[in-house]
Amino acid sequence: MTVQELPGAGASHRSTQPPAWSPRTDAAPLLPDPEPYRVLGTEAADRLDPELMRRCYAELVRGRRYNAQATALTKQGRLAVYPSTVGQEACEIAAALVLEEQDWLFPSYRDTLAAVARGLDPVQALTLLRGDWHTGYDPREHRIAPLSTPLATQLPHAVGLAHAARLRGDDVVALAMVGDGGTSEGDFHEALNFAAVWQAPVVFLVQNNGFAISVPLAKQTAAPTLAHKAVGYGMPGRLVDGNDIAAMHEVLSEAVRRARAGGGPTLIEAVTYRMEAHTNADDATRYRGDAEVEAWKAHDPVDLLERELTARGIIDEAAIQAVRDDAEAMAAALREGMNADPVVDPMDLFAHVYAEQTDRLREQAAMLRAELEAEDQA
Amino acid sequence: MAQALTRAMRDAMAEDPTVHVMGEDVGTLGGVFRITDGLAKEFGEERCTDTPLAEAGILGAAVGMAMYGLRPVVEMQFDAFAYPAFEQLISHVAKMRNRTRGAMPLPITIRVPYGGGIGGVEHHCDSSEAYYVATPGLHVVTPATVEDAYGLLRASIASDDPVVFLEPKRLYWSKADWRPEAPAAVPGIGKALVRRTGTSATLITYGPSLPVCLEAAEAAREEGWDLEVVDLRSLVPFDEDTVVESVRRTGRAVVVHEAGGFGGPGAEIAARVTERCFHHLEAPVLRVTGFDIPYPPPMLEKHHLPGVDRILDTVARLQWEN
Repeated sequence: MTVQELPGAGASHRSTQPPAWSPRTDAAPLLPDPEPYRVLGTEAADRLDPELMRRCYAELVRGRRYNAQATALTKQGRLAVYPSTVGQEACEIAAALVLEEQDWLFPSYRDTLAAVARGLDPVQALTLLRGDWHTGYDPREHRIAPLSTPLATQLPHAVGLAHAARLRGDDVVALAMVGDGGTSEGDFHEALNFAAVWQAPVVFLVQNNGFAISVPLAKQTAAPTLAHKAVGYGMPGRLVDGNDIAAMHEVLSEAVRRARAGGGPTLIEAVTYRMEAHTNADDATRYRGDAEVEAWKAHDPVDLLERELTARGIIDEAAIQAVRDDAEAMAAALREGMNADPVVDPMDLFAHVYAEQTDRLREQAAMLRAELEAEDQA
Repeated sequence: MAQALTRAMRDAMAEDPTVHVMGEDVGTLGGVFRITDGLAKEFGEERCTDTPLAEAGILGAAVGMAMYGLRPVVEMQFDAFAYPAFEQLISHVAKMRNRTRGAMPLPITIRVPYGGGIGGVEHHCDSSEAYYVATPGLHVVTPATVEDAYGLLRASIASDDPVVFLEPKRLYWSKADWRPEAPAAVPGIGKALVRRTGTSATLITYGPSLPVCLEAAEAAREEGWDLEVVDLRSLVPFDEDTVVESVRRTGRAVVVHEAGGFGGPGAEIAARVTERCFHHLEAPVLRVTGFDIPYPPPMLEKHHLPGVDRILDTVARLQWEN
């Protein structure tokens, strides 16, 4: 029943038609597929690039080992905290691998592994979590923004940077990572809206790992999927199996290609699972059952790829062993790097607040220097 | 003052192609106060951009643009509309240099029309400076004269650090002896100025309260008071030396601002003056501020804003007797 057909709504009350209205965008092509896109274990795997997949496999195994090592370092007190990405390695690795050197990565606090896979020194990547400095690297040198602890606030940065690069005529794509919980934040909305309006070359990767600390997705959103949110902004939404690195690589590459060609932003929801707790400070048994965790264990990103590549003869036992040895060496180097006590300079407290020291800070720096000298003499 | 601000942005944009102006309605309309008038026409919409209506998004995008080497000048339409951008401001803009150990400074200028006295409805008249001055990593400046509007805005845009540039709305239409064909030299950020010399007491003020203080100083002559007036111009950094020198000369001080008194900038200034001038002071440092209330409706604002009479009454209290 339309308004006109309602009882009492006679024609005399509605003598004019509203001005013509046409939607700006056809919504249909923006809609995600109902099922997450998969490659491994499907016919689509026939077209896998063996070289690329061998690289993905090596990075996945390293990533898994990196997660294990970093978690062990928290137990030894070498790291204050580590938000593990066990189970999510395919998302992290694919995000790093699809970017060109000039592109930018905007990671969240959980995405240390993506930064390391992009080539950042593991020890530098961990200074935030070790506590010796917030960002232990020059973001411009590596084109990796500082790991962002506030949720989704790095997304508008990615949009602004990509927009600026395009204004300058530079071939740069920004890939911004956020979790499922982060999609509830206002900055997520504002970033997607800006990116779509500006047609900025940005790819938004949501890792839907099931929980925002303890809160499940059902309590986070009423949207059919997080990828559906894209439609409201006028950008395509893609739903992908986040444990399938071949699918992740393909979908991310396509979005990066599209952004690079001037096609604007894409929102990708990677459906994955956080196998471990939010951080070592969290007790996951309080909010989820073993059966769920076991079901996801059977869909492990490393095993998925290993099975596919072994079945196709792309890797063999010797190759697997070589990859594991390489990962072990990486872990040993990380352990060694992290076992050295970081040298911190207390005067750094004042060194990087302003380009030019204010009188106030100069005064406070002098106070600290005097305290340190007194300590030395004591 | 409005024209001086426009001219400052225009000159900065003409000299430096990395300067970009952005905000709500800043393009075609030229801003609700017309401060960006003509910039989009002269420099194109890519350098003077109408953004979607979202303050966190505007400032957040500006962060990314600055990360890539641009110098964004962001307009927050009104003081109270800037609050959605506070997380970006405090967690990222103010801290990026520090977080990256100096590797990634953010040269962003955030223009905020602030303060009352224009008969605006609620959420259009806040004096929000206390929030900004409490955030390390930001510079906070506010011009009170047409000349400073130009000079301080040029200095802010040229600064390699983020600057919150507070524009006193009620001074937008103030006219003064400013020759746009030869703007005065940029004074730099962090220098206070003695606007009127005197011997009996120092009025320490900034932004919209400067003209009020100068008027009060004239009126005080009848009472036999010869007041010195210091215009801070910059709240962070705070030019303590100029203030201290003045108060040591006069022996008495009153801080005047529109923002609420509790936890307002005047509290900090009074404390600093007391610490450094204790033996020179003939009376406690007093404050004349807005009341500690949400900004009142327009018909009541004249009772809230520090005016000449309230300043004179407070000056009278400086005749301290134990």
